[in-house]
Amino acid sequence: MEIELRINGSAQKLDVAPQVSLLDALREYLGLTGTKKGCDQGACGACTVLADGRRINACLALAVQYQGREITTIEGVDHPLQEAFVRADGFQCGYCTPGQICSAIGMLAEHKEGAPSAATEHLADTGGELDETEIRERMSGNLCRCGAYNGIVSAIKEVAK
Amino acid sequence: MKPFSYLSAPDTATALRTIADSEDVKFLAGGTNLVDLMREGIEHPATVIDITRLPLTGIEELPDGTIRVGALVTNSRLAADPLIRTRYPVLAKAILLGASAQLRNMATVGGNLLQRTRCMYFYDEASACNKRAPGSGCDAIGGFSRGSAVLGASEHCIATHPSDMAVALVMLDAVVEVESVHGIRHVPIAEFHRVPGDTPHIETALAADELITAIELPPVPAAAHSSYRKVRDRASYAFALVSVAAALAVEDGRITEVRLALGGVATKPWRAHIAEELLLGAEATDENFARAAAAELAPALPQSDNTFKIDLAQRTVVAVLRKLNAERSAS
Amino acid sequence: MTTHTRTGSEPGVDASVPVGGAVGRPVDRRDGNAKVTGAVRFSAEHHYPNLTYAMLVHATVARGTITRIDTTAAAAVPGVVAVLTHLNAPRIRPVRNHNIVRDLGPSVSGTSLDYLNTDQVFWDGQPIAVVVAETSAAANEAAPLVEVTYDPLPARVDFAAEQTNATPAKGDLTFAGRTKKGDAEKALAAAEVSVDLRYTTPGLQHNAIEPHATVAVWDGDHLTVHDTTQSINQTGRYLAWRFGVPASRVRVHAEFVGGAFGAKFAVWPGTVIAAMAAKAVGRPVRLALSRRAVSRATGGRTASTNRIALGATRDGRLTSLIQDSVTRTGSAGGLLEATTSPARHLYGAQNMLTRQNLVPMDLMPNTWLRAPGEAIGSFVLESAMDELAYELSMDPIALRLRNEPATDPTGGKKFSQRMQREAFERGAERFGWADRNPEPRSMRDGEWLVGMGTATAYHPVVRLVADVKVRLSDDGSALVQCGFHEMGMGAATVQAQIAADALGIAYEKVRVEYGDSALPSGPMAGNSNQTATVATSVLAACAELTRKVSALARRTGTTGQEPAAALRAARRPFIEASVGSATRFGALGSQSRFLTTFLKDQRWSKAARGAQFCEVRVNADTGELRISRWLGMFDVGRVINPKTAASQLRGAVVMGIGMALSEQSLIDPRNGRTMSAGLDSYYVPVHADIPPIDVDWLDEPDKTMPLGIIGLGEVGMTGVAAAVANAVHHATGKRIRDLPITLDKLL
Repeated sequence: MEIELRINGSAQKLDVAPQVSLLDALREYLGLTGTKKGCDQGACGACTVLADGRRINACLALAVQYQGREITTIEGVDHPLQEAFVRADGFQCGYCTPGQICSAIGMLAEHKEGAPSAATEHLADTGGELDETEIRERMSGNLCRCGAYNGIVSAIKEVAK
Repeated sequence: MKPFSYLSAPDTATALRTIADSEDVKFLAGGTNLVDLMREGIEHPATVIDITRLPLTGIEELPDGTIRVGALVTNSRLAADPLIRTRYPVLAKAILLGASAQLRNMATVGGNLLQRTRCMYFYDEASACNKRAPGSGCDAIGGFSRGSAVLGASEHCIATHPSDMAVALVMLDAVVEVESVHGIRHVPIAEFHRVPGDTPHIETALAADELITAIELPPVPAAAHSSYRKVRDRASYAFALVSVAAALAVEDGRITEVRLALGGVATKPWRAHIAEELLLGAEATDENFARAAAAELAPALPQSDNTFKIDLAQRTVVAVLRKLNAERSAS
Repeated sequence: MTTHTRTGSEPGVDASVPVGGAVGRPVDRRDGNAKVTGAVRFSAEHHYPNLTYAMLVHATVARGTITRIDTTAAAAVPGVVAVLTHLNAPRIRPVRNHNIVRDLGPSVSGTSLDYLNTDQVFWDGQPIAVVVAETSAAANEAAPLVEVTYDPLPARVDFAAEQTNATPAKGDLTFAGRTKKGDAEKALAAAEVSVDLRYTTPGLQHNAIEPHATVAVWDGDHLTVHDTTQSINQTGRYLAWRFGVPASRVRVHAEFVGGAFGAKFAVWPGTVIAAMAAKAVGRPVRLALSRRAVSRATGGRTASTNRIALGATRDGRLTSLIQDSVTRTGSAGGLLEATTSPARHLYGAQNMLTRQNLVPMDLMPNTWLRAPGEAIGSFVLESAMDELAYELSMDPIALRLRNEPATDPTGGKKFSQRMQREAFERGAERFGWADRNPEPRSMRDGEWLVGMGTATAYHPVVRLVADVKVRLSDDGSALVQCGFHEMGMGAATVQAQIAADALGIAYEKVRVEYGDSALPSGPMAGNSNQTATVATSVLAACAELTRKVSALARRTGTTGQEPAAALRAARRPFIEASVGSATRFGALGSQSRFLTTFLKDQRWSKAARGAQFCEVRVNADTGELRISRWLGMFDVGRVINPKTAASQLRGAVVMGIGMALSEQSLIDPRNGRTMSAGLDSYYVPVHADIPPIDVDWLDEPDKTMPLGIIGLGEVGMTGVAAAVANAVHHATGKRIRDLPITLDKLL
């Protein structure tokens, strides 16, 4: 079916079957391969993109459902986190990296809005500090098999300051 | 994935009419479970009705103090809501301990209630599973059963219910509002999920033509002092081996109100009525906590891989109640 | 040749590198910008006109014969181009046995199986058909519709039950199945103090986040593949053999690999089947494995059971060391994992006996996984050493240092370098080991029992051979070409640093091309060999180039000026130097260089070493285990790039933590089916599991290696599980001898 997606600020028309995920639409129909497929089951976070600024797993999103939403992929990201990741060596192979960065952008926004995490000691507290424990818990939806977790946390901490 | 026809419902009435008039239809909200199940070939509806544009996204307080949460409120929004965080911290915590931030941003309250088990034999088309293919058997019995249930299981199915949120809702006596073309009805959460018995494929009280439109959280003053503890194989992003939702009120050393529910150990979100009855009016001591937990787990029927859950559940119950009690005395 | 603009041209963010000062500097990795902007393309992401999408169909029995395979329903799905099975797939040459003398690129086949050319099934998960379609959606829809009937055969799938069928393993040129010194059993019986223990480890899965994928394109008898491989040259030669075309007509690209860890060394079914399917349909084919396919069809680490016995004098001198290990292979291939390697090389026991036993099983063939042999072996040996230390009431570090050998305990070779003592001493000081009360269960923080543990890290050095071409241009830039691999190690960055200093030019002026089999042939990336292997040839080529430039400078009177001045004066656009070549003669030369280096390296006992320290917390109520602190102090020779080296070491520790805490393949002992076939059921560590990991190194170059480099990709994983288990014992008083250390074992 004909659908229209708004991706990185521009409207894209494409013809996809309803079962095509947002992830496959990006990678296979629009050539936006920066968003990665790691598990296709919502268990790794490599496919994380932003929908209206909120981080989601594109593998579990049907493309047709996301018409009218503003989708941001790594190709549309221009954020201090990117340079921070390079400096802190927050990756090795780079495969999970776009997902980590999109996730971190969404995470910083959530924290700014006062959203709690499972690591938040006092749930009623909306202005807690984004310390390492908070970052690790909030980023746990993004696996990194190279084990670059320390670098990722450093990069995020630097930008969150 | 098997192809399906896709409709985006403009309003609730259309959604309900469509499902009433056709066979083999599924509502699709956040997609975190249904899309996965369709990709695995476990669910294969002919028609999918996208309900994400329906106006079921409110969180409002009713005159009697009940909080009404629209079925399409996302998990992350519910957990971040100030009313929930202060009045029902157990619920906020349960949600935040589930899945990942990305999944919580997508998943809805209604969808969370309809989550299907993560039993690996249910997910594997080559394995026998009475839930997926009624009558085929249960390969989880005698198989890898670390994730399986010790309470509420039958010889046909030992799959756990995976939701954390639902455990908190069971503890809170939430009510599920469902709607069909025939009208609206309210189902107490305790009656919403079913134990497998000999029909493990029938998991909830929801009829084929019904839509969850809201959940209602009754006023539970004791819940302001409640908590959720989840024990699992990773520090985050893992399903529960055991989880405990609890609220405790103590006066002069005696328990005046207690609510207790368990996750990860049962085929449905498990309200620990036996333990609650023993605890009510008893002294708030570790021994009493342990005795009550033991009574609750007494009917447990373990598999070789999950015997430890009986002990773990009891230990976790004691730890949670002990902590609630200590915090209470401290405050 | 295609350009490698993204891979080679960018020096990275940090460009302030002084001439001659690149080596040892923590420069940012060169592909950093491309990786954080989503610009890099991994194998599955190369698009070709007319591309088709393929999906595998897997066997659901462990052993048997396919008696019927019906593709009617699958073929009827709109968009399906072909469904290939053993009945209609192109016949290709069978897998041949590897001959190390004839073929330097080892036979890299992960299995001995002729995919889709046989009706035999050797493991549950074996690919038995492939669907090729216009879209991935159509392929995914059709694949489950292939109907298969089997005549099943009895299958050996229960590792625990197969123990008695294990037989002594032969080993090979580099690794003997059995070593013996004195009479270890007798010495054990006579020992003043002894332990005799059994340790078991489960199968493990690599689970690189990038699933295996291949894009295969035929143009006449020329084959191009973009493949997730850590051995492009071997893969190319292997495909050439299977498809009966000259090796020069197969080109393998792997500019970026999304993690490998050994999973992408051997050629797994997807690569062969993609090329087969592309041949059959006459169009380019993309075969990207699903996570389930990765889990069921691309190797994994063997499970193991081990008896380990240590005998010692009252003052802690080892008189006996025995390890009997049982691991498995598949009935269609697999390897002997050298789990007794640490036991052979770490301690100077007077009497030693190590035996590797193998049991073939009807399971997916096992393969290399980071630190094969040492990851398991170090858990076994280093846990047992800790147990012995407690039997002796000795500090675990003191026990280890008391048994430091003067020469390699197996074979008696001299150590090229051995700073094990320094690693322990410096590590202990930095970690605060002295603050540890050795009494188990003596340290507590609220509801958490606290424990500290340590273990030795060890990984032997292997060096292979690489062809390299270096070109200096008259604009002062240099180009280094070598078909090596980048799976996240920072390989190109490090080789650029080495070349810059060797040529005496600025780091930013060096471009490196890699990951393409059309380049001068590089080594496979495994066994932590690549940095030293490529450096050997880069240094040789740069030295040759420098000689040529000096001669030219003398002739043109530009001596003393920058190297490119000579070229400009001589009006030569560039000048080149090579090590090795692709000609047959060149290949023979490479082989002889390999043997020379190999024999030279064999004179020494060489290894990366280290001391792992960790602090754990175990919840007194629930048994939950958390790692709260980590220090790895390593002896890894000269470090070229401290930034990427630290990342590699940390990453390896993280993988070791996964092995310790949560990772295990769940292979159903009733039918051999891999049930941990997703990242929801195979638990790799998440952010929340990993504390800050402190790593450091002694920074002493190994004098027998080029620039003193010792590979460091794997040593960081060794000793990790033992350090955790030892810390858990310290915290709880419980010895966990069966990985992973899940909370139920601590209740």
